Amino acid sequence: MSTPTVRHEPFPGSPKPQRDEGGTSANDRSANNAFAAAAEAPSIRTRLAVTIAGYGALAVATCVLAPLVGSTQINLARVFDRSIPFADNVDAQIFFVARMPRVLSGAVVGATLASAGVVMQALLRNPLATPFTLGVSAGAALGAILVITFSTAVSLGALSPVPLASLGGALLASAIVYGLATRPGRTMSTMVLLLAGVTLNSFFSALILFVQYMADFTQTYRTVRWLMGDLDVGSFGPIVASLPLVLVAFAMFAVLPRSLNLLSVGTDAASTRGVDVGRTQRLAFLSSSLATSAAVSLAGPIGFVGIVVPHLVRLMVGVDHRIVLPASALFGAAFLVGCDLVARTVLAPVEVPVGVVTAMLGGPFFLWLLVRKS
Amino acid sequence: MAARAKKLTAAIATVVALVLCGANLSGSRGEPERLAPLQQTTRPVQRIVSLVPALTEMLFAVGAGSQVVGVSSYDDFPPEVQSRPRVGALLDPDVERILSLKPDLVVMYGSQTDLQGQFARAGIRVYSYRHGGSGNGIGNVLQTILELGALSGHKVEGDRVTAQLQARLDAVRARVRGRPRPRTMLVMGRDAMALRGVYVSAGVGFLHELLEVAGAEDVFADVKREGIQPSNETMIVRAPQVIIELHPGAEPTPEVLQKERSVWSLLSSVPAVRNRRVHLLYGGYLMSPGPRLAAAAETLARVLHPDAFVGADLKVLP
Repeated sequence: MSTPTVRHEPFPGSPKPQRDEGGTSANDRSANNAFAAAAEAPSIRTRLAVTIAGYGALAVATCVLAPLVGSTQINLARVFDRSIPFADNVDAQIFFVARMPRVLSGAVVGATLASAGVVMQALLRNPLATPFTLGVSAGAALGAILVITFSTAVSLGALSPVPLASLGGALLASAIVYGLATRPGRTMSTMVLLLAGVTLNSFFSALILFVQYMADFTQTYRTVRWLMGDLDVGSFGPIVASLPLVLVAFAMFAVLPRSLNLLSVGTDAASTRGVDVGRTQRLAFLSSSLATSAAVSLAGPIGFVGIVVPHLVRLMVGVDHRIVLPASALFGAAFLVGCDLVARTVLAPVEVPVGVVTAMLGGPFFLWLLVRKS
Repeated sequence: MAARAKKLTAAIATVVALVLCGANLSGSRGEPERLAPLQQTTRPVQRIVSLVPALTEMLFAVGAGSQVVGVSSYDDFPPEVQSRPRVGALLDPDVERILSLKPDLVVMYGSQTDLQGQFARAGIRVYSYRHGGSGNGIGNVLQTILELGALSGHKVEGDRVTAQLQARLDAVRARVRGRPRPRTMLVMGRDAMALRGVYVSAGVGFLHELLEVAGAEDVFADVKREGIQPSNETMIVRAPQVIIELHPGAEPTPEVLQKERSVWSLLSSVPAVRNRRVHLLYGGYLMSPGPRLAAAAETLARVLHPDAFVGADLKVLP
């Protein structure tokens, strides 16, 4: 991995980022590095290739190895033995029903939340932003909790009632925040975006608490459990159902990095450098909201991935979004698959909620890296 | 020097306060006092408020129903509770409302310690219900019925009800004795129409004990907890021969029932799924640790050992 190029002197002619506007040293570095990277243009391709190769290898290795490990031993030869009917083949069932869907949903959700975190941090120019900052997860949680409490039985294809309702809630919350923060023909106000999102978060949380308070004990337990996240999706159906949204979001992510580099300096600076700020902001908001909605409806609001992975990756590869975004997606996938491996084995047959593991493993690791690097 | 002395005094005061707090805590943590020391009389209570649905059922079962003047928000059995004022529950007891009913006994959860203190100060007797963990077995249910019978002036009925329950449980045991005990997984909840968030009864508590009375071997008997959420992998590996789902609500339409049962087809290697031994049971009595537990045991036994009940005349519904 290459080390970050940190230049503390401002680029000649560029406006100084205002620190009191949520801009922090990470963003300063991001800006400076963006210009630095532009100056060293020939190397970016090599860096990107090296980064993708490195993190890609990590992600692939994790996804290949994780299904081989679990609370029980399985015989790989039997797993792929086609002569045994699937219904009789316990090893194959463990591999294809219990482990593969879990690993794949972990990879999808990890990659999605980590990328959404990167985009959200750049959009809001705030290192504390997460995919859940703007109310998406609270909307999803409200949807899920309503269905759990009132046991509605509406399903759509591979989407069973709880994922369906959480997807609906997430999209609704995104639509409300988007509607509040955009005015036709004007750039988005990130301040309004942030305040609307945070307020909506609190409002939905209050509704969630109210519904929980009205529910009985077993339902309350189930809703609390849902909030901790769970990747045990049981089949490929739910993952496939979430893919259209995820793919659209990633297609939008793909065009964002260069604009995000400039945007993290400030909207004025970005627009003087030819960035269509309004379009970039809308694209960033929509892509990260879609990605987060899909991820949360698949596995619940698994915390910490969306904030810690982008920062971990920045500590390792610098702050250029062209590198950070793909690296975060790949590292996020590996990170969440690894955390889920711990979640499903460490106390088996009792399961540790994966959201607990992400925070318990990610927190100390992040702090260690932070102290070592500074 | 004076400042130092002040600091020392403050430190000592803190230590004393902490010690007192600790003493207080440890006092309330020991074996819960079932009766507040106040008004410790032998006169049976006349006006009872119950915050625990299972205990309300017990009071009605021993014939103290007419003395019950208030019930919790979750009470739904027997039907007479519908006419009683609701006074909140575990998390939201309405103290004012309870006091206005002028109870001479309030039945509540053992964990409601603050509330117990409040009623003790008001001079009202409290029955503290021990529940949860390993203390939550059938024995605790029967013991609670006996105690509530004695308290409410219905000792004879309390003895009779527990003896009857004991006899019914013994009859179930006798009927399934000697039969092979299928390895069974008892599901207490899961997400609607999906095999997600499956929550099962494990090796502790009255549901686990009922399953054993009904002639099954609990596949999670080794996990000493009331319930766990197993992964799909764990369920495949434990390979239950019978899966029984308990739902507190009313039975849904056959179409929904069929859909709910078919979510298990995902785990096709599990013997219960292959041999079509996934049973969905509906009814509030199935999960209530009260006088209807014998009926729950009978239902479970019928599902587990249908042959044993051919021509039998056991009452199934409570």
